[in-house]
Amino acid sequence: MMNKSSNSPFEKWRAGELDMLSGFCETPKKTERPEAGIHYPQRVKDRIAHEAEEREEHLFKTVYKVMSVVFAVVLIAVLLFTITDLPRFGGEHNPTINEVSERYLEKGMEETGAVNIVTGMILDYRAFDTLGESFVLFTATCAVLILMREDKSERTLRKDERSDRLCRLFDDPIVRVSCKTVIPIIMMLGVYILLNGHISPGGGFAGGAIIGAGLILYAQVMGFERATVVFSEKRIKGITVGALVFYCLIKSYSFFTGANHMESIISPGVPGRIFSAGIILPLNLAVGMVVACTMYSFYTIFRRGHLD
Amino acid sequence: MISILNNVEEACAIVLFGIGFTMLLLNRNLFKKVVGLNIMDTGIYLFLAAMGYIDGHIAPIIVDGRTNPHFYINPIPSGLVLTGIVVSVSVTAMMLALTIRLYKKYRTLDLDKIYAMARESE
Repeated sequence: MMNKSSNSPFEKWRAGELDMLSGFCETPKKTERPEAGIHYPQRVKDRIAHEAEEREEHLFKTVYKVMSVVFAVVLIAVLLFTITDLPRFGGEHNPTINEVSERYLEKGMEETGAVNIVTGMILDYRAFDTLGESFVLFTATCAVLILMREDKSERTLRKDERSDRLCRLFDDPIVRVSCKTVIPIIMMLGVYILLNGHISPGGGFAGGAIIGAGLILYAQVMGFERATVVFSEKRIKGITVGALVFYCLIKSYSFFTGANHMESIISPGVPGRIFSAGIILPLNLAVGMVVACTMYSFYTIFRRGHLD
Repeated sequence: MISILNNVEEACAIVLFGIGFTMLLLNRNLFKKVVGLNIMDTGIYLFLAAMGYIDGHIAPIIVDGRTNPHFYINPIPSGLVLTGIVVSVSVTAMMLALTIRLYKKYRTLDLDKIYAMARESE
């Protein structure tokens, strides 16, 4: 058993000798496009390799490794020493359990109409924070799209290499049929968690992530040709931007009436019902849409380099 | 030592943070650095969630209209963890995209080799 493991692919991969994904699936073979990127003459390549080898043996490497281990151990030790001064875990009178959280718990249901106090907190008292989070996701999608985008000309050149037919991992009838059963259930669970965010655990982020996972599974199993019929680039952009604008507008109204002590036309309703908690349900929906579209477009961009 | 045993959850969070930090320092592979940063994030979530917990109290979802705060845990750290997870996902995606761009250009993930090549091309 012992000498078998020393030569196994896993050991080689751990030692950095073997790249498991090289030449498999969508990873391009290194020999196919050796000239991609910057062109270096052989002399320079040799020098780079030589330099890297030389520095490998250099004293600096050892010193760096020792110093970083020492630094990390010292950091952990200092932080653990600080831990000893913290109040006991789970104590009822810890400083973090102060009047802010008590106020939220006492008045939260009455003021926001949400039974789930965390949802009421992040979508009512701290709604600006959640708006910022949604914009962080949107900005990340834009940044990834800018970084990974492939032009149309580039796409046609490398069509045979990156075609979905070659890349599809699960082109298998068993997986297809079972996914046809599983995907509706995943979507339903996502929608359930999304819509019940104010009366049970869950909410926009969790439900949106589950819906995004379902979309990714669909695209993976059925192929991008069919997925893009429903989720084209235009539609993803429309849904994301529309949800963000809707969030901004409805929350601006809420802030405007709240700051001027005006009567809002949206009532909190009866806590515990689906159509209660005023604007929290639509806000949860908007956040869920943004999260689902973000997850799906991250996957699509990383996989194909474009959304449509 | 006794006081660390009173705060095992926080100590675990610190150790996770340290493991991630060591990965950031020691690994030259860019993907492994991203993994290290995610482990650091996990430590932070654990720390925040541990700070909000109260012994014997339940999750902050109102049961039977009982709004007494001595019945539920602190809801604020839960909201903060949510924010942290979202930011961590976005940062991870961004870093992976940058790493893929670097790999496409230099055909390696080793940070030292990338530095060497970048210096050569200057």
